Amino acid sequence: MSSAAGSVAAFDLDRAWRVHPQVSMRPEPFGALLYHFGTRRLSFLKNQRVLAVVRSLADHPSARAACAAAGVTEAELPAYARALAVLAESTMISERTPHDPRT
Amino acid sequence: MPEHEAETEALTSDELLVEEVSIDGMCGVY
Amino acid sequence: MTLAPDAVSHDAVSHDAVSPGRLTDLFQLGLDAPICLTWELTYACNLSCVHCLSSSGRRDPRELSTDECKAVIDTLQRMQVFYVNIGGGEPTVRPDFWELVDYATAHQVGVKFSTNGVKITPDVAARLAASDYVDVQISLDGATAEVNDAVRGPGSYATAMRAMQNLADAGFRGFKLSVVMTRQNIPQMDEFKAIADRYGAQLRLTRLRPSGRGADVWDELHPLPAQQKRLYDWLVAHGEQVLTGDSFFHLSAFGSALPGLNLCGAGRVVCLIDPVGDVYACPFAIHENFLAGNVRDGGGFETVWKTSELFQDLRKPDTGGACRSCGFYDSCRGGCMAAKFFTGLPMDGPDPECVQGYGEAALTAVGASPAVTVPRPSVDHSHRTTRSPRSAPVPVTITPRRPPSHDCDESPLAGFAAP
Repeated sequence: MSSAAGSVAAFDLDRAWRVHPQVSMRPEPFGALLYHFGTRRLSFLKNQRVLAVVRSLADHPSARAACAAAGVTEAELPAYARALAVLAESTMISERTPHDPRT
Repeated sequence: MPEHEAETEALTSDELLVEEVSIDGMCGVY
Repeated sequence: MTLAPDAVSHDAVSHDAVSPGRLTDLFQLGLDAPICLTWELTYACNLSCVHCLSSSGRRDPRELSTDECKAVIDTLQRMQVFYVNIGGGEPTVRPDFWELVDYATAHQVGVKFSTNGVKITPDVAARLAASDYVDVQISLDGATAEVNDAVRGPGSYATAMRAMQNLADAGFRGFKLSVVMTRQNIPQMDEFKAIADRYGAQLRLTRLRPSGRGADVWDELHPLPAQQKRLYDWLVAHGEQVLTGDSFFHLSAFGSALPGLNLCGAGRVVCLIDPVGDVYACPFAIHENFLAGNVRDGGGFETVWKTSELFQDLRKPDTGGACRSCGFYDSCRGGCMAAKFFTGLPMDGPDPECVQGYGEAALTAVGASPAVTVPRPSVDHSHRTTRSPRSAPVPVTITPRRPPSHDCDESPLAGFAAP
């Protein structure tokens, strides 16, 4: 049905990330919808915590820090890393460069 | 960014925290 | 075009289940706004396609004004509806068409518009190619003029080809070539792909439904069982290269699901706004039974989406009804609500084109039962001349203007709706 976690590049939790500027985020009762106006892909974030992680990425020096701040436990971290990997694969999120504004 | 491509565990879609669909993937839009 | 900052997080129940569950389950709580929707701008059309789902042709004098349309766009922006499919009728015949498209894209609402190509001149194509947020969909129902024009009318094939040539020449890559699959054109799938490739377009194959004028020609045009399998296999072979608008989720009972949400989106993730502001569950269900409200009501579109009784009803979990005991229900979800409704089948039973054959059996029962009247569209803007599927336009005045509603109907009153 939708892209499952088959073969996705491993996600580097220790880099700085941010939501792509062409992505619109829409919170929902179940989590959130992300729509990328450039690729016309739609992502479903299936709980509130993964939404909290994604929207706070730009505020943290690393994705790992964003996960910790959102209350993701060590046991849960691999699942969140897989989620972030899916988002990175479709360019919903991308790595921050030193010159990126913090939005 | 790691240079290698790692095969992630196969997960059922029930366990994935993120799922993606094309915006064309909704029925009821012609 | 600038994008909205993150929407303010609302008071949501914490939903951190250990297992996030299936996507379809997530919609039990409903969505605050549609993900995308179809907006028919006008019932006016230069064509009279025999299967037109909106029975279009003549403009309705009560059409939304330019200002009313802009108010709808403002609402869609506020609700963060990501994407609107603008259709009709033929939307480009509205004098304010471009004004509205520009207004939408300037207000964070992505646009795809569906057209028969009549107004896609080289200048228009150049303008479209220059815009990042407007997508175009050209309708074509035959890979040859012979097959296409039998359904869409003389000259319509040439019009579509010309439009596609203009788009390609202007450098617009990835516009959509959208086909309604019929008994007559399923043998042409490879040719459709070749046409799309020739013009740098993305092919989209969609399902014929017995909606609007489609009800009159469904018996003759809808694919045969063997053709459905052929279509499914072809789609699987072409993967995500070929779009479907999720219109073939009823075929997922053949094997693995096709790309898409694989569920009926009507009233849950999509809906229709029609030219007079009526809000229907979906464009294939233009009938008073699926009318949720009107954007001119106090509270506008947002209130209709969030509070209408019809939509609340559609958002209730689907228990499957008569299909529950079928092992394939989980894949096919009982098929298309509109297809069942307009063939007189019960909503809680099989789709008329159920791949297990349960639909055929149910249709035979409907045909044999004089007590069942097949619903007729409540809304009809067809041009006053009629045209049979396989001949040129013949000016006639007939009341009623349609052939019998169902081949199996014996009653002379079949399809007659008392005024």
